[in-house]
Amino acid sequence: MQVPILKQGHYLIASIQSALSDTDVLRLREELGEQVGRYRSRGVIVDVTALDVMDSFVARSLRSIALMSRLRGAETVVVGIQPDVAFAMVQLGLTLEDVACALDLEEGLAYLDAWLHGGDDARAD
Amino acid sequence: MPELTDSGPNAAVSIDETLVVPVANDADVVTARSEGRALAERLGFAGADLTVIATAISEVARNITTYAGAGEIQLQALTRRQTAGIGVVAVDEGPGIADIEAALTDGYSTGTGMGLGLPGARRLMDEFEVWSEVGVGTRVTMRKWLDG
Repeated sequence: MQVPILKQGHYLIASIQSALSDTDVLRLREELGEQVGRYRSRGVIVDVTALDVMDSFVARSLRSIALMSRLRGAETVVVGIQPDVAFAMVQLGLTLEDVACALDLEEGLAYLDAWLHGGDDARAD
Repeated sequence: MPELTDSGPNAAVSIDETLVVPVANDADVVTARSEGRALAERLGFAGADLTVIATAISEVARNITTYAGAGEIQLQALTRRQTAGIGVVAVDEGPGIADIEAALTDGYSTGTGMGLGLPGARRLMDEFEVWSEVGVGTRVTMRKWLDG
């Protein structure tokens, strides 16, 4: 199941629609890496609202998406982690410490706007 | 007649039903966790428990594809003292785990993972047991009880 990626202004929005296999996750990482360069994007939002499981592989992949994008000048924010998924992640030991997370798409966009326009101050929070 | 096994401190666990999901690739990992979730729901689990069970299945199923290539996930409907539970048994005939204690330590990995798979799955479930023999295979048995 391929993840659709929408381009909105300076941002890319990847909306995960259903359960993902590891192959799908790796394809998403590749696609985002390619599109950040093609569209000169400054921000990436990965919407995981539809995900009912975030295991260590998915978490590690999101982290590498965020770190790779940052190296190319784009900030990544993961949005929509469901309460039950957050609970299971913490039990499992997955904290996504170095990845920005926001409640939903709206908060994610606000985070990126602040990061893009606020410079280093926004980056720190 | 359900199969009886003596497990747990003092009560017999009956295995009322077993569903086998062969695991050979990453799509099978997705199937295993959704079948497991469906069984757990049917047994009466709800909310965060369903996510917790599916996540633990995902971790042990991925260990099969990563380290052994192929194997199976057995999903069991369990009863112990009138309480329902779910059993997840991940079986493979892969290389086996040389140092089980290390494999159960956070951050230890011989593969490409974060080293959270087994210790993480252990934290997610009520009961957790690993049997492994180098060159023979690995069997991870996990259980979660409705009153757990």
